[in-house]
Amino acid sequence: MTTVLDPTGELSPQTRQRVPRPQSLNGLTVGLLDISKPRGDVFLNRVEEKLIGLGAKVNRYRKPTFAKPAPVDLRHEIASQCDAVIEALAD
Amino acid sequence: MTESSPGATAAPPLPDGLVVVVKRDCPTCVLVASVLSDLAHRSNATVITQDDPSFPTSADWVVHDAELELSWHHDIETVPTLLKVTNGQPTERIVGWNRGEWETFTGLDNLGLDLPDWRPGCGSLSVDPTISDQLAVKFSGSVMKSRRVEIAALEDVSESMYDRGWSDGMPLVPPTEARVMRMLAGTTRSPDDLVALVPPDLVECTVEKVAVNAVMAGCRPDYLPVVIAALEAACTDEFNMHGLLATTMPVGPIIIVNGPIRQRIGMNSGINVLGQGNRANSTIGRAVQLVIRNVGGGRPGGVDRATHGSPAKYGLCFPEDEEGSPWDSLAESRGFTNGESTVTLFPGESPRIIVDQISRSPESLTRHLALALRSNISPKLAMMFDSILVLSPEHMARYRDAGWDRQRFDQEIGEMLNLPGDELVRGAGGIEEGLPEMFAGNPVPKFRPGGLLVVHAGGGAGLFSSIIAGWVNGNTGTDPVTREIKP
Repeated sequence: MTTVLDPTGELSPQTRQRVPRPQSLNGLTVGLLDISKPRGDVFLNRVEEKLIGLGAKVNRYRKPTFAKPAPVDLRHEIASQCDAVIEALAD
Repeated sequence: MTESSPGATAAPPLPDGLVVVVKRDCPTCVLVASVLSDLAHRSNATVITQDDPSFPTSADWVVHDAELELSWHHDIETVPTLLKVTNGQPTERIVGWNRGEWETFTGLDNLGLDLPDWRPGCGSLSVDPTISDQLAVKFSGSVMKSRRVEIAALEDVSESMYDRGWSDGMPLVPPTEARVMRMLAGTTRSPDDLVALVPPDLVECTVEKVAVNAVMAGCRPDYLPVVIAALEAACTDEFNMHGLLATTMPVGPIIIVNGPIRQRIGMNSGINVLGQGNRANSTIGRAVQLVIRNVGGGRPGGVDRATHGSPAKYGLCFPEDEEGSPWDSLAESRGFTNGESTVTLFPGESPRIIVDQISRSPESLTRHLALALRSNISPKLAMMFDSILVLSPEHMARYRDAGWDRQRFDQEIGEMLNLPGDELVRGAGGIEEGLPEMFAGNPVPKFRPGGLLVVHAGGGAGLFSSIIAGWVNGNTGTDPVTREIKP
């Protein structure tokens, strides 16, 4: 038998329950996160129109750069202000 | 190691008085068997036998060091070793058989009169290379915290590591406790010291975890400080390893080593410098990438979204040929002294060649290099991407002969890389990709200030240089980072 040392981070992620899927977007606040890729705004503008048409309220957010993860504060802001979020990857 | 290791088992006391450590599998020990019982009877000596418990005889003055714990803790390297012990600790020792020495040491005369005057000893079982690692693990008190993974005797160790997803695709060296312990001897840092928060999972990575991955990558212990420094540099905000990993571009952390450590660990800055064949060049970058894979959780298809990737992503690491260069080194140009060993991390793709076998003037060669660099990433894009230029010795000779220093070169090539904006904007040349229209009508520098990193390396023959292009620079991407390598 050979014994080796585990090279991994040995994480055991917590399982968290997802928020239940909303039956309707009517009256809900939906966050739109622009990751700052060129023309992401074109896509999100159209999505915003559609969502408002479905009766949703829309909050717009923007990452400082697509090349880095969203700052913790921004993630917290979205989580506390929105019922749902759409993140756009666009070029 | 025994004293400094917090989990070390305490050294068991030896019997006071004269002690002789022996083994039967040693002709000198067998030769002096009669002297051993003579010492026991005349001087109450104790004989500690390493292998056969009835050697030299079965008696109450013979102690069997079955686990080799006494031998290991008291640093017995040769048998026979004759010791004087006070309060359980040896105060003096001699090794091998030498009648005169033994008589002086013991204060007894006429020892082994029928024996030859002198015979060298043999190696102690406790330093036998086939078991010394296990003894060190057993008695030094391992402070390693990583989970122990047992691989069954009928399992293939190599296959089992592949199955666990630890490999970058190439074979791994099994990270046994003994190997990791040897690796840890390569640094003065404690195994539980935090090195970095490794992306993408932002996991706290200790020196020990770096060592485990460095073993797997094939590193020698003396490379470990380089791996640690490179990982620290990679996990800074400026270097943005998360973005580099996640990008669809084919880039990885390229490591350039400067300073005295290059020679100390035997790196290759000459023939085939960017290729295979040198252990340090080949394994240091790989170790960093294995840490990002295994500790950080960054894997192709997961957070690593590279469209093509590149061979550089296995881990490309190379030293600068400072001795052969008339210029200050890359690290010196970035504010370090030539006595300091450093790593400079650059977010780069695989190298490609620029051939120029005709230019004899520095102006011609520079113009040609500039033309090649212009196509980095895209001939229609500028300023957003840095680059490394690896000048070969034969190309560097043009600058040496002409008396150009690094500043002169940077200035001249900078001017040649001031590109007409009209040729770069979207639509120019019938190509839709390009810079926004606002750049039309003005010169645009291909590289931002400091965005071209020039190093000298390669074999003595070949009128070529090599180019390593980078990904997005600055706040939106990565800035190259230079860091001192500390022991």
